[in-house]
Amino acid sequence: MGAEFVQFSLTPILIGIFAAIACALPGNFLILRRQALIGDAISHVVLPGIVVAFLLTGMVAAIPMMIGAAGAAILAVILIEAVKRLGQIEPGAAMGVVFTTMFAAGVLILEQTDTSQVHLDVEHALMGNLESLIWFRADGWGSLLDPAALASLPDELPRIALVCALVVVLTLVFWRWLKIATFDEGFAQALGIPAAAVGFGLMVTAAVAAVAAFDAVGSIIVIAMFICPPAAARLMTNRLAHQVWWSVAFATLSAILGYVFAGYGPLWFGAQNAVSAAGMIATVSGVILGLACLFGPHRSRVGAGRDEAA
Amino acid sequence: MASPMTPGHQPTIAAENGRAARPVAVPSGAPLAVRGLTVSYGEKPAVFSVDATFPAESMSAIIGPNGAGKSTLLKASLGVIPLLSGDVYVFGQAIEKARERIAYVPQRASVDWDFPTTVMDVVQMGLYRRVGLLGRLSGRMTARARDCLDRVGMADFAHRQIGQLSGGQQQRVFLARALAQDADLYLLDEPFAGVDAATERAIIDVLKTLKAEGKAVVAVHHDLSTVRDYFDHVFLINVRRIAEGPVATAFTTGNLQATYGGRLAATHLDELSPTGGA
Repeated sequence: MGAEFVQFSLTPILIGIFAAIACALPGNFLILRRQALIGDAISHVVLPGIVVAFLLTGMVAAIPMMIGAAGAAILAVILIEAVKRLGQIEPGAAMGVVFTTMFAAGVLILEQTDTSQVHLDVEHALMGNLESLIWFRADGWGSLLDPAALASLPDELPRIALVCALVVVLTLVFWRWLKIATFDEGFAQALGIPAAAVGFGLMVTAAVAAVAAFDAVGSIIVIAMFICPPAAARLMTNRLAHQVWWSVAFATLSAILGYVFAGYGPLWFGAQNAVSAAGMIATVSGVILGLACLFGPHRSRVGAGRDEAA
Repeated sequence: MASPMTPGHQPTIAAENGRAARPVAVPSGAPLAVRGLTVSYGEKPAVFSVDATFPAESMSAIIGPNGAGKSTLLKASLGVIPLLSGDVYVFGQAIEKARERIAYVPQRASVDWDFPTTVMDVVQMGLYRRVGLLGRLSGRMTARARDCLDRVGMADFAHRQIGQLSGGQQQRVFLARALAQDADLYLLDEPFAGVDAATERAIIDVLKTLKAEGKAVVAVHHDLSTVRDYFDHVFLINVRRIAEGPVATAFTTGNLQATYGGRLAATHLDELSPTGGA
């Protein structure tokens, strides 16, 4: 399968893995902060930002898309606060209202504009274009050492690899701050640690990961990757560092199995066409979470010794 | 949004009396002093124009009914929640210059005990300011964290997941984390809430040792029956400052009546008075 695998499957799988890891890392802290919905919200609200950025610049390029997404994310944060304060409703509902509205607006704008020349339409916004990110010039594993072939790698690969590396470095450097600000924000502030800034930084990092992943794999996978691998990982261990490692392993496994099942799974069952890789990756991550719920060693976490009610 | 329980919530006369007698100068050496402190979570102030001075080498209790602003006063003193107005002095300095000298024990219920971490890990968080973001936790520091666990009788639980502890054990771990901060002023938010008798004993022993070492301890406290046994100094608050001073002079039936309004039964107050049982 060598040459064909390198040409058609290697880059999509790598892009899927990098996207899954870049989302899963901040996802660990988001679920521990009971903010899992924020990953979901981010992946929805960035859509109008990306579309508007495209309309203004006329091209699908990383920098304007990031700026557009960041603008949309900031707008969303302001809107959520406004709805929360003015409407005096709970944060979850405020988020729900804002992110679905913004996502819907993004879809409407997208429908009304001519984006037929580029990979930006409603379908790609939802499911990405993982299958089409193939490496045309590759003719085998040897191409990995061939500068000319390497130059023709899809742009999405170095972009998502860079973002993934950035997320890994940020997670390592700010590990202690992330841990303490997530566990005990008041204590962190008393130590002089800027807990609010840590929380904001986490959100920005999640947004950057979401936009970079969104570009390649669409919003379905982004939503799943923020939540499923970390949530499954939490059921495997009671140590934060181990949880993060498990989440990376689950994210990687979901990306590989999801891509393979999407491409070959239907054939095994006698069907003719492959199914969406993004959809299958998200499905596999959900199945892993389901298995962790059933068989994870730390699935019941209500402490045995907690007999004294506060 | 006023609760049905709060007629007479603002004991204005007592508050005015308290204000008339308040010290105005800021004692430079006091471990903790606040002046004109006002904090609000919305339109209604939680703490209004409060002056307080907590003395050195003593154990002080912040006392008042639910919603009186006890925890708010403590958190505002730490800079954990923003002040609407007022000043906080820690050993005569602004909080930012004195953070190394403060240790903090938040309310146990304020964190999620399902968080994936161990007892030892939580205690080491008390060292995070010292080790910084990337500094290595030296062997000496780890030994120190173990010492602190030992002081609260939790050394055997170092590698337990924190969710597997009882409420009392969790409270001890929080105290051990504060001990790891190695401070001169200890601020505790309801350290005895929902803990067993043995834990209460263990905690009070540690706090008394701290006092004997010359440290200052300030605790938000709920149980009026133990105030005389545990504390030297009281600060009575109900949004405004009601009274403060040594337990002997400030922890009086009159001041408690003023703090709690009609909600404290007269018989209960008699038990607490110096001539009563307790």
